[in-house]
Amino acid sequence: MKAFATASRFCQLGFALCMLVSCKDTQQDEVLAPPTGKVVLEFDHVVGNQALDLETTTYTNAAGNPFTVNTFNYYISNIKLTQADGTVWSETESYHLVKESDASSQQVTLQQVPAGKYTRLTFTIGVDSARNVAGAQAGALEPRNGMFWTWNSGYIFTKLEGRSEQAPGNKALIFHIGGFKAPNNTIRTISPALPGNAPLQVQASHDLQVHLKVDVLGMFNGPTPNDNIDFRTLYDVMGGREAVRLADNYAAGMFRIDYVK
Amino acid sequence: MAALLPSPVVLLVVGLAGLLTIACRPTTQPPEAVPGNALPGNFPTPWYALNQNPPNQAAFELGKQLFYEVKLSRDGSVSCGSCHRQEAAFAQANQSFSRGVNNRLGVRNAPALQNLRWRHSLLWDGGVSNLEMLPLAPLTNPVEMDESLDNVLVKLNADATYSQRFAAVYGAGPITSQQFLRALAQFTASLTSANSRYDHYVHGERGGTLSIQEVRGLQLFRKSCAGCHATDLFTDESFRNNGLDASFASDSGRAHITDTPRDRGKFKVPSLRNVAHTAPYMHDGRFATLGQVLAHYDHGVVASATLDPQLRQADGRLGIPLTAKQQKDLEAFLRTLTDTSFLSDPRLAKPQ
Ligand code: HEC
Ligand code: HEC
Repeated sequence: MKAFATASRFCQLGFALCMLVSCKDTQQDEVLAPPTGKVVLEFDHVVGNQALDLETTTYTNAAGNPFTVNTFNYYISNIKLTQADGTVWSETESYHLVKESDASSQQVTLQQVPAGKYTRLTFTIGVDSARNVAGAQAGALEPRNGMFWTWNSGYIFTKLEGRSEQAPGNKALIFHIGGFKAPNNTIRTISPALPGNAPLQVQASHDLQVHLKVDVLGMFNGPTPNDNIDFRTLYDVMGGREAVRLADNYAAGMFRIDYVK
Repeated sequence: MAALLPSPVVLLVVGLAGLLTIACRPTTQPPEAVPGNALPGNFPTPWYALNQNPPNQAAFELGKQLFYEVKLSRDGSVSCGSCHRQEAAFAQANQSFSRGVNNRLGVRNAPALQNLRWRHSLLWDGGVSNLEMLPLAPLTNPVEMDESLDNVLVKLNADATYSQRFAAVYGAGPITSQQFLRALAQFTASLTSANSRYDHYVHGERGGTLSIQEVRGLQLFRKSCAGCHATDLFTDESFRNNGLDASFASDSGRAHITDTPRDRGKFKVPSLRNVAHTAPYMHDGRFATLGQVLAHYDHGVVASATLDPQLRQADGRLGIPLTAKQQKDLEAFLRTLTDTSFLSDPRLAKPQ
């Protein structure tokens, strides 16, 4: 009764005021909100069974090409967690730029995930088409991050630069994977298998750590030998047809959940 | 009212509402307050909607300052306004290819900047999708401004006047790339040209009379040209090959973006507003006069695999047959698209 009286008094203040108040109504939700927990995604960069070191270590791909890596950056976006009954939790403003050169970027903390058992983790490697054509963005998507093509609007989803003695010319490797329009759409959404099929138990009392191995070789070593990338013939990719080959490769084999604890 | 005031709950709500007013309402002003933001009745729905970057006088003035700011170029020699001149409807007058820092030669003709709010994509090949992101292309192009976004922000943040003006619009703190790009778009989005004699004619307004010759030109235009130069924006926003060349080795146009052979030699259909003032014409500025353009359509069209079907006659002839008289009529009509108030609006001119 008292609540009603108060509410009607508010409305006497004028219709406009009520409209303003109603444009945000999270107050109530907070009172009733169920317990939530944190999920920390850790992106651990490796090359096969070696750790990824920038510039210093020489690796070899399945085509037998030796190579070093100077830059390894990629976008992880639109992260979702799904429960067995199909309930989906989606992170809001879910855009993260992960860089080998910046350790703090390799941890993505999902905040306020409702407690529960999740049977699937899903994310996009890259950026959805809407944001590729949107106006000026801040944060992970800001153009100063060097992951935006200025002459052909759109984000570079994955950027690997390095060297291979077997690459022609100045031996540089440039793989800028991006593009969101058919037929060269390189947006890939994946759900890596959970170890032992054990669900992710999100609870308020424990920050769940999901450790992913991100294998650079996943870009170059495809599901079949035909899909392997050979640096003698492919060493400079900026979107387009060839980018699709690399995106297909890494969607299949770059991300693996190593352990959860 | 007085009875309500003492309640602490009410005071709380009033305070909260005040906060929310700031949080959820963009600072919009009546559209006429900021130049060029009243949407002309004879135009389609804008592509870059008003609410994407609500027009605001202070932000517009800031955007204008930036548009004419030579600090945006590496060596302080070139501003957006150097290549985009108001008296030429913000095209680069009398230059086939644009000139950037160190007088470096560009690869395309600088187009008019007008009614950009209605463009579905920007540049001759449509490579840029959003007006706010467009400045990144000239800014970082070595033959244009040859600068980096990082460095521009360093320069702007080091300038006390810019810091103050940005803070006044966007709040305290260092100037961000998002603020910079949105401010520039406040200006570029306001370059609306819809006040030509032709517009007055369409609206049936005073001063809107066309001569008999101009009306003949208009009728011919609607029949022969409006298939591509459509609507009162005079473009259907598509990419087409209008028969300039047989091959497109130096500039493949739309194919540069889509990487598909069927787009070779296709370029964005340009608007023809203020066309009497935007010479030279075409993506490479090859024609100096409207007479030459019309002669091209009459007898200069060259065949290629992607030539637009509208430029192939049933009898196999190429182009659009136009008698000398028809060419004169068309040219007379095109001149009615001049919007003198736009070309000389002091609110769009370089701040003194
Ligand atoms: C050196 C000359 C030069 C400078 C400086 C320059 N531009 Fe341009 N501008 C051009 C050229 C040339 C094109 C067409 C390029 C193309 O289509 O590839 C163009 C295209 C544009 C377009 C696309 C118009 C349309 O309808 O597609 C816009 C908008 C624009 N410029 C705005 C700007 C802004 C804002 C700046 C300053 C940040 C700027 N320009 C600086 C030469 C220049
Ligand atoms: C098949 C589509 C099509 C038709 C029909 C057409 N145009 Fe064009 N027009 C274009 C395209 C595309 C361009 C730009 C081509 C380029 O730069 O490569 C253009 C450019 C122009 C230009 C140069 C504008 C500038 O700013 O550079 C003028 C003027 C022009 N057309 C007038 C006409 C007239 C007048 C007619 C009718 C007689 C006509 N057009 C018919 C597609 C067409």
